[in-house]
Amino acid sequence: MLGLEKKDTSLLIVVAILTMCAPFILNPFPTDSAMAQFNAGYPDLMQRFVIFGIFAIGFNILFGLTGYLSFGHAAFLGIGSYSAVWMFKLLGYNILPGIFLSVITSGLFALLIGYISLRRSGIYFSILTLAFAQMSFALAYSVLTPLTNGETGLQVYNSDPQYFHSDAMPNIPHLFGQEMQSTFKLSMGGWSFDFNTGYYICALIMLVMFYLAIRIFRSPFGLMLKAIKTNQTRLNYTGLNSRPYTLAAFVISGMYAGLAGGLMASMDPLAGAERMQWTASGEVVLMTILGGAGTLIGPVLGAGFIKYFENIFSKINDTVLHQWFAFLPDGIEDFLIAIVHPFVGKGWHLTLGLMFMAIVIFLPGGLVEGGQKIARKFRGGKAKDTTATTDSTPAE
Amino acid sequence: MAILEIKNVGKRFGGLQALSDVNLSVAENTVHAIIGPNGAGKSTLLNCLVGKLIPDTGSVTFQGQSLLGRKPYQINQMGVSRVFQTPEIFAELTVFENVMIPCFAARDGSFQLNALAAVRGQGDIKDTAEAILEDVKLLDKRHMTASSMSRGDKRRLEMAMCLVQEPKLLLLDEPTAGMARADTNNTIDLLKEIKEKRDITMAIIEHDMHVVFSMAERITVLAQGTPLVEDTPENIKGHPKVREAYLGEAQV
Repeated sequence: MLGLEKKDTSLLIVVAILTMCAPFILNPFPTDSAMAQFNAGYPDLMQRFVIFGIFAIGFNILFGLTGYLSFGHAAFLGIGSYSAVWMFKLLGYNILPGIFLSVITSGLFALLIGYISLRRSGIYFSILTLAFAQMSFALAYSVLTPLTNGETGLQVYNSDPQYFHSDAMPNIPHLFGQEMQSTFKLSMGGWSFDFNTGYYICALIMLVMFYLAIRIFRSPFGLMLKAIKTNQTRLNYTGLNSRPYTLAAFVISGMYAGLAGGLMASMDPLAGAERMQWTASGEVVLMTILGGAGTLIGPVLGAGFIKYFENIFSKINDTVLHQWFAFLPDGIEDFLIAIVHPFVGKGWHLTLGLMFMAIVIFLPGGLVEGGQKIARKFRGGKAKDTTATTDSTPAE
Repeated sequence: MAILEIKNVGKRFGGLQALSDVNLSVAENTVHAIIGPNGAGKSTLLNCLVGKLIPDTGSVTFQGQSLLGRKPYQINQMGVSRVFQTPEIFAELTVFENVMIPCFAARDGSFQLNALAAVRGQGDIKDTAEAILEDVKLLDKRHMTASSMSRGDKRRLEMAMCLVQEPKLLLLDEPTAGMARADTNNTIDLLKEIKEKRDITMAIIEHDMHVVFSMAERITVLAQGTPLVEDTPENIKGHPKVREAYLGEAQV
């Protein structure tokens, strides 16, 4: 179907079902239960899941296929956001022109940065991309204030022209009148589910981008990118020039990042320089490695995993802990809370860091490898030679 | 007729004159061996042919076109393939993918942005790849990851990757280095088979005299960066200058 192999089609369908049913899947607990804080089905967070999913899918096309580790991809995310907000300021709140421009500008920047950075490989390439991203951040923060509005962040003011804005249209980001913020709430018994327009638009775009990524993975172009990762010497002596291939991959992944940035601004029409900072670049690296670099679904899983932790674990504060351990005698309760305290709430990074270490050490292939191992156990412990089986497992 | 012409080539690395005044021509459809003791400049010469090194002086022409200043991928596109001392293959990919990549390179040139075409939809590539794997007897291993194969099979695979592009000139850099006698003989048989089936010129750099004398039609002996003598295998065997180069002057 759609020019895909059978196993890829089923993967796409599974992802489609999961994203479309996300409001149900992410809200498994009744709203007034003690577990309700583990519910992740609110619009903001769901949007972030899919937007960072797009970012990571694109990053994986570069890092997962060619092995070139860019440490500056957040620059494209930021460029995408600024472009989108400028479109809102100049043309109006319809998100289409903004998204379109964000992909174009980030693609152009990726062409420039990639052309220079790809003259080197390995650690030098990473450092070059990092340097570019930090320069972009510094520029956006200070020198380019007329374009980026500096520290305050770029936003839409009433005095902005918005040439195509009409009074019939909502005064917040929309797609032909459909407001991004509008949410339909469905209450069933103790449960409540949010269906948000912005989320569904982002999710549909993510599905299209995921589909494109599958096509790229299975194309001759994708095969050449994998060849670059495993042996550039042989590639050069096979009559292939690796530079245009890596540059094309860099631009494609830059455009994915720009699209993610544009969508971010479309959900919340504000763009700040901190979106370009190196921590944001590092985050997408973590997502990709955590989920499984070079696999199709890995980056999406990684993005979901990290965003879930960031938003859910960070909300578990001492009051919540007291509720959980209330049934214990006072002394033990305080003792347990003292132990758990550094790992939750503001300390969620600690938990994430430990899990990241555990995954990198025990599952170098990321969550996808973990899933494959479990699947193999269930299928009856066919402990065959791993290198041969990982290539044919459907989870990829 | 000479397919490869090397004239007055010299190369210096700092204080070391690695090659000086090398003149050599490889005739079309022959197997030409380049032998010589360690440090004679054999590998340097080879690297000058494929674009990895640029000679300081002299010229290298392939079918009348200069190779100097061209990149390895451009030289390959002209019809020169290289087999390495340790097989250079795409270790993490399957055997079949390994062979498909040179097929694409031969068909589409050095770069093609076909990001939305499906690999498995390329019938012609699949057929050529299968045919060459059949030739080198790797067809039943095509779904294996290349890194998990034996050294001999890797060598076969690398050979297949070069041959599938139908090069006019195949450069072999010690193709049997570090191999057991049985593997060496298999490689010789494979190369002979290849030679029988197609019009191809081979230039072999080799240490192992057994390989050289069972294959080569012409032999050039290189010593201290310059060709000592060039002749047929029969004449090379007893040549006093060759003995001297290999065994040193103590003999005299």
